[in-house]
Amino acid sequence: MATIAAAKKEKSVMDISKPANFAINVFFWIYTAICIIPLILVLVVSFTDEKTVLLNGYSLFPSKLSLSAYDFLLNDWLNVVRSYGISILVTVVGTIVSLTVMALFAYPISRRDFKHRGLFSFIMVFTILYNAGLVPFYMMYTQYLHLQNSILALMIPYIVQAFFVLVMRTFFSNSIPTELIESAKIDGAGEWRIFAQIVLPLSLPVLASVGLLCTLNYWNDWWLSMLFINDNIHINIQYRMYKALQDLQFLSSNSTAYAAILAQNPNFQLPSETVRMAMAVVGIGPIVFAYPFFQRYFIQGLTVGAVKG
Amino acid sequence: MEQAAQPNQAVLSETGKRQKQNVGYWRKYGVFYLMMAPALIVLLVNNYLPMIGSIIAFKNVNYQTGVFNSPWVGWDNFSYLFSTTDAWNITRNTIIYNVVFITLNLIIGVSLALMFNSMRSRRLAKFHQTMMFLPYFLSWVIITYLVYGFLNPEIGLLNKTILPWFGSDTMIDWYTDPKYWPFILPIVNTWKGIGYYAVFYLAAIIGIDKEYYEAATIDGASKWRQIWSITVPLIRPVIIVLTMLQIGRIFYSDFGLFYQVTRNAGSLYDTTLVIDTYVYQGLVVTGDFGMSSAAGLYQAVVGFVLVFVSNLIIRRISREDALF
Repeated sequence: MATIAAAKKEKSVMDISKPANFAINVFFWIYTAICIIPLILVLVVSFTDEKTVLLNGYSLFPSKLSLSAYDFLLNDWLNVVRSYGISILVTVVGTIVSLTVMALFAYPISRRDFKHRGLFSFIMVFTILYNAGLVPFYMMYTQYLHLQNSILALMIPYIVQAFFVLVMRTFFSNSIPTELIESAKIDGAGEWRIFAQIVLPLSLPVLASVGLLCTLNYWNDWWLSMLFINDNIHINIQYRMYKALQDLQFLSSNSTAYAAILAQNPNFQLPSETVRMAMAVVGIGPIVFAYPFFQRYFIQGLTVGAVKG
Repeated sequence: MEQAAQPNQAVLSETGKRQKQNVGYWRKYGVFYLMMAPALIVLLVNNYLPMIGSIIAFKNVNYQTGVFNSPWVGWDNFSYLFSTTDAWNITRNTIIYNVVFITLNLIIGVSLALMFNSMRSRRLAKFHQTMMFLPYFLSWVIITYLVYGFLNPEIGLLNKTILPWFGSDTMIDWYTDPKYWPFILPIVNTWKGIGYYAVFYLAAIIGIDKEYYEAATIDGASKWRQIWSITVPLIRPVIIVLTMLQIGRIFYSDFGLFYQVTRNAGSLYDTTLVIDTYVYQGLVVTGDFGMSSAAGLYQAVVGFVLVFVSNLIIRRISREDALF
């Protein structure tokens, strides 16, 4: 890697000495390894033969490979696919609703001519300052709204996030010229139209950043499932992964496939360790593929904020 | 709806002044209230109505009769909470872990950002940045799997492979011995979150005008000198704001880290139970609503004071970054 750096010949005051550059490069290669080796470990174990794992432990270089873990999961595909469906549904619908609702709130409080904007901003900010806590929140959803085992309970709690609303407000009031809104009004556009045809198209960067964060929040969530879901139908993929790690029972007893296999072959041993890891791989999949796309916009969003401050 | 705002200016100029203003206001801004309504309803359900529910902390809640019909018990739940060693334990754990996390995020975050900034190859810097950011995007469930891969007592990478390299063949039972977790948790937390802080600091460093460094080089300042006398002072506002934001949340902790990564092992509670997990335990496992919500209210009130104070300090330093 030192050669690549040396190939760029433009000399600037910022350049550090070659040995220092080399040392930093070595450091970062090690750090990068630390970041991805755990993921690779899970991937490799999921393809390892169960007996080899039990004998030699988890290893990056297993002596015997096997597809039996995935074979087992494939027999039980209905649960996994259903959980995927729940995760995708909640993420897509949740993100769209959430972005819409937050942008609709952020727009009025970004308008300097709206005299109650301070009050409504405060109503939003106060939710960051003071949090009623878990117990009353839980009672609200279970006792009064009766949303236990409902997909709505997985979406509603994350729809409005005060911090994102404030980010949007700042963007709207800094980046959309007041004159533009004024002239649209003179041309006869109402507020809905101004919002949909002027404000939103001009705010794509902030909508992208906030939207990606919402997507991530919904996709990675297991907490709401843990609180509100106790049947097998509405479990999302993260919570299913959690269950699979937490108790082996969940891997086996829940699966009709396991019973079928056991009926055919009474000596069948559940490849529990490798199936667990295969489950993790199945769950990690989409995030790793979407990741390069994600992080570019995410860093852009961050950078805008930091440079401004 | 779209035409609603238009005709009023001209037509209404004849009517009484006060009435005109009122009608004009609603014609003009009424639609804003409609726009804000969905978010307000969500806030009401998620945040404001549960605030009333905080009275549970002063009640002996009976699930059958409901919150409002349960008998009042005054400060009993609180005095019970603070008479146990739990209150002290969870407060200590929450604060000490957060202090360690904040320190690590600051020192390692700034160091990594400085190193990224001085790498000669931009392409490589981008690549490593991407890799470092990866753990930030993983859910705690996945992180738990990754940690379990290392710590599994019988077949984990640490006990089976890494420790034997160093000539130790004792099988450490990681998930039952609390003494290792004050080290494991900060490592995991930093590993997952450091990409965020490093990138934030890097963005601030990149924003610094190159002329400072040119002038410093002409004056013969070493690279170290430049870091201490130019870079660090110029990114100080970002450092302070990011750190104060974390200090404001010092009474809260990441539920996923303390519940998932420790696999909620009871034998580890000495060093792993924090206020958030304690409240959850009270709610779900022991069903002690009163004490659980007393702990929640204690957290909310102290947390409120801390956010308030840290925001005041942020205002002093950089008005734009203050929340209010």
